[in-house]
Amino acid sequence: MTEARSVDVPRPVSDITAAGRFLFVAGVVLLCAWVLVPIYLLLVNTLSSPQEVTGFPKTGLPSFNLGSLQFFAQFAGVGAALWNSVLVAVLTMILSIGIGAPAGYALSRFDFPGKGAFRMLVLMTRAFPLPLLALPIAVMFIRVGLDDTPIGLALVHTTLAIPFAVLITFSIFSGIPLELEEAAWTLGCNRLQAFHKVVLPLVLPGITASAIFAFTISWNEVFAASVLTVQNRTLTAFLLQSLNVSPLHLRFAGGAALVVPALVFIFAVRKYLFAMWGIANR
Amino acid sequence: MNNKSLPYLLLLPATLFLAVFFVYPFAQIAVQAFTAEQGFTLQHFDKMATNWKFWPSFWNTIILAAIVVPLQLVMALAMASIVAKLKTGRNSILYVFTIPLGLSDLAAGIIWLAIFEQSGFLSSMLVGLGVVDRPVLFLGYQNLWVIFIAVILAELWRATAIVMVILVSGMGLIPKEYYEAAEVFGAGPWKRFLKVTLPMLRPSLQTALILRTIAAFEVFAVVVALGGTSLPVLVGQTYDWQFNLRDSGGAAATALVILAISIAATLVFLRLLRTPRGATP
Repeated sequence: MTEARSVDVPRPVSDITAAGRFLFVAGVVLLCAWVLVPIYLLLVNTLSSPQEVTGFPKTGLPSFNLGSLQFFAQFAGVGAALWNSVLVAVLTMILSIGIGAPAGYALSRFDFPGKGAFRMLVLMTRAFPLPLLALPIAVMFIRVGLDDTPIGLALVHTTLAIPFAVLITFSIFSGIPLELEEAAWTLGCNRLQAFHKVVLPLVLPGITASAIFAFTISWNEVFAASVLTVQNRTLTAFLLQSLNVSPLHLRFAGGAALVVPALVFIFAVRKYLFAMWGIANR
Repeated sequence: MNNKSLPYLLLLPATLFLAVFFVYPFAQIAVQAFTAEQGFTLQHFDKMATNWKFWPSFWNTIILAAIVVPLQLVMALAMASIVAKLKTGRNSILYVFTIPLGLSDLAAGIIWLAIFEQSGFLSSMLVGLGVVDRPVLFLGYQNLWVIFIAVILAELWRATAIVMVILVSGMGLIPKEYYEAAEVFGAGPWKRFLKVTLPMLRPSLQTALILRTIAAFEVFAVVVALGGTSLPVLVGQTYDWQFNLRDSGGAAATALVILAISIAATLVFLRLLRTPRGATP
């Protein structure tokens, strides 16, 4: 700071000069465009006819021709792949909340020996390339007859989702004061009733967000899905498998089918993304 | 049910699950990589390393991570600082910035394919501007470096959001008083960033770097979508061993290599960015 200014009137933190403000706004606009324009271009291709997709040059404007989407919808295996993706993602959602939420509750409400070890185990899963686990698990599944089944793949996706489920539910339960539960106990509720009547209604939105996040993880996963499914391919496995044989318009329509639901999911959970990483840092 | 056993009962399903689907498979993949019919062997690693695609895929993976992760860190720091300064529209802009977080790597690859393919938007733009007179084949095996750049752009585009989310929540934990104090002592915005934000962000930077580096070593679908088989990477090799060469020993050995470099990177970041005792706010 070279300019002289009176010590007793500190400059506010947000005092930005006109040029600085312009640069700032330009930066924001540029970064938003960097995120949004590629998605827009994918949607343009999806909403163009197959001829336009392979045609040249591109105008960058959609013709709102549904040819590509129709082709995609009628392509052999797409319907089944979409159904499998949804099925696996729903199973993952149920499993990871069913297994993860009790652990999150235990971590937030009790102090007990072994707590640190369990936290370590959960955090450790983040330091390993989990999808590679699909290789030995594929062998294990053949032995027990779970190979190429939605539930088998859902079990692997649950491994990916559980650390998040535990950490998010931990932070949500920690946000509910223990006094509320204690008040319910003194009024005659047992632990289960107090949980059901007092805690559950309060945490339901957060649990839902965590469930949607688990759904998204499974919906997007490529490697394990490709390794573990043969006949019952999910959408990602199907698209990966047909990448070098399918026409361009099929790939773009498939990409859009992956992207559009994900946009909705991430919008639904946006509030919780930050809470969960704040907790993961500690 | 007494209160002593309740927490253990609640943790039991998660612990059992992780034991069966996390700890056990890792033990198994390690065993598989080192054994053949006659017992202990290094033949899988031997076979893996002498495959002509192994070393290119190894270096491609390392170089990609070495370029992508630092760039992402810088971009995410810029984005997080911008978000911290925003007064109006903070939530909408934060949502836009986090969108790629919810997208699969395969979708990101396909999105950038729309831009880089021969009749794609980049070709159209270049012809429109008169830079070239006909569509360019960007993603051919002859220009590997263009595929490389396309993969880097797609990865930057897709995975910077997660780093930003971690940094934004980390910045939220820095007490405002530190900035006020720095300002009272005459520190400008840049100096405040260097002397307050960066050191206080250490734990978040560590988390972000570990997560991103490991994910960068797992790069796969983006590369397949953009370059097919022209640009080999380690996870792609694992997939090849398993499905095209039908050799799970080779696949396990390659997977162990990815695991080894992931653990090495984790240890480096844990040591490099460790928080001194008692320095947390």
